[in-house]
Amino acid sequence: MLNYIKLIALGLITLFAMIAASYARDLAYQVHAIIIMAVSAGLFLWTLRNTDEPVPAAVLQSSYMDGVVRYGVVATAFWGVVGFLAGTFIAFQLAFPGLNFEWAQGYANFGRLRPLHTSAVIFAFGGNALIATSFYVVQRTSAARLWGGNTAWFVFWGYNLFIILAATGYLLGATQSKEYAEPEWYVDLWLTIVWLAYLAVFVGTIIKRKEPHIYVANWFFLSFIVTVAMLHVFNNLSIPVSIFGSKSVQVFAGVQDAMVQWWYGHNAVGFFLTAGFLGMMYYFVPKQAERPVFSYKLSIIHFWALIFLYIWAGPHHLHYTALPDWASTLGMVFSIVLWMPSWGGMINGLMTLSGAWDKLRTDPVIRMMVISLGFYGMSTFEGPMMSIRAVNSLSHYTDWTIGHVHSGALGWNGMITFGALYFLVPKLWNRTRLYSLGMVSWHFWLATIGIILYAASMWVTGIMEGLMWREVDANGFLVNSFADTVAAKFPMYVVRGLGGVMYLTGALIMCYNLWMTVKRSPAKDAAVSSAAIAAE
Amino acid sequence: METYSLLREFADSWMLLLLFLFFVGVILWAIRPGSNKTHRDTANIPFRNEDKPAAFEEARK
Repeated sequence: MLNYIKLIALGLITLFAMIAASYARDLAYQVHAIIIMAVSAGLFLWTLRNTDEPVPAAVLQSSYMDGVVRYGVVATAFWGVVGFLAGTFIAFQLAFPGLNFEWAQGYANFGRLRPLHTSAVIFAFGGNALIATSFYVVQRTSAARLWGGNTAWFVFWGYNLFIILAATGYLLGATQSKEYAEPEWYVDLWLTIVWLAYLAVFVGTIIKRKEPHIYVANWFFLSFIVTVAMLHVFNNLSIPVSIFGSKSVQVFAGVQDAMVQWWYGHNAVGFFLTAGFLGMMYYFVPKQAERPVFSYKLSIIHFWALIFLYIWAGPHHLHYTALPDWASTLGMVFSIVLWMPSWGGMINGLMTLSGAWDKLRTDPVIRMMVISLGFYGMSTFEGPMMSIRAVNSLSHYTDWTIGHVHSGALGWNGMITFGALYFLVPKLWNRTRLYSLGMVSWHFWLATIGIILYAASMWVTGIMEGLMWREVDANGFLVNSFADTVAAKFPMYVVRGLGGVMYLTGALIMCYNLWMTVKRSPAKDAAVSSAAIAAE
Repeated sequence: METYSLLREFADSWMLLLLFLFFVGVILWAIRPGSNKTHRDTANIPFRNEDKPAAFEEARK
């Protein structure tokens, strides 16, 4: 019966998408309507073929739902490479403007590719990593199969459809010009539906857990899901100009709009890139170190302190703007206070290795996790410092900000995700070990040196351009024109691009290694493992 | 009083106090006497049920 309702709904969506494609007011909307039409028509046929077929026996609750996690791992690796490639390319576009090819003008120039890069790494790479690992972790730590049956598959495919719509929209010029929230209204609505399904699956699994307590990783994942839902809805309140066009008008205006945007923007960092990834950290670091987290009490305090403080830090993005001083001071103070829980969490993660530090010599995966915590500590010190108004007057609008973001994103988010992938792939595909630890070491060093080149060159160029902008002569006239700073930055831009090449190369080595792990590594002996289960 | 001032007044006083007390309460709750055993058990959750969900008869809840 459910299939008939699905067929009717999919049929109507296909029909509407056809009409929308023909009435479309702009190219991005038209392409999206065609994508939606193709997807829903495909789903219609797929559902039709499965309707009135004998229903397979009810899925046993005696196994974990890992298929969707496997797909998530593959998507994470794929989008990671796409995002790093886009980032490396636009880094060279800045160094060599000739790479903004004339024939691709308006589609593949820096302005169009930059949101493609940021969304690909944050939402596609990071988001898929978060969905996959949260599904993996919540099942293990709740000792229960995912709630909601195929809803988890809806979340995975729905989220990746969102990414496709967002990415094609950027290239074709559909953007509401909000950083990290560029997708237009209908893409936002779709993400809201997918996200609520994600919340339902996650909470449903926690509710039916067999463990009396909710493990700390799940607290972090849950706060990430709930807060992102809230941020997403408020920052994307807009009214479409036409139901057949991608353009929409924001509900908030002026400084209120700016404040909502940076409340969203900073908490996207705080809850998407920090809380969610801390959820990963609190599971995978103890697992890889084979010892429980250093202090569970500290993890509880870490959690509550982080979520109490982060939500207030946004106004530090708006120093010296129309925002009232009290608001930006509030943001600055909370950013500085935030340093403490951040370092509390870092210490908790690092000290989990106490008594197992020797693993650093033998296990490149744990080395990756440790350096990710190192970068987490470094960027959560740098961030509060940059939020201080006086420092911000130098750093804001310079490449220092970009360097800061990348030491956090490449160092913390990237490395912890790579560590999690190296942990997950042998488990999910039932292999005894990774294909090659030597390749993991290569990945580790390429990525680490790549980040160092990136961050160091951005510090130099950022502080340099900040100082050049404010330099005045004896008569009070500015000494440098903007073009002077651009010319002076050229060597650092090349170094930054090389850092990106190294990071990308490391990720490609990882993909090969993971692929060969699935293809070539010895499988766990099925008979032995089932005997072990029976013996339990 | 217009809405902004009213909400601002409330946020600066009672809500601030409430959130602060909640936060202090969380810390006190985390370090309460006798929590060590619970926390040790909870911290070891990742090392159980690695391959399959807990059997139904084992349900502790």
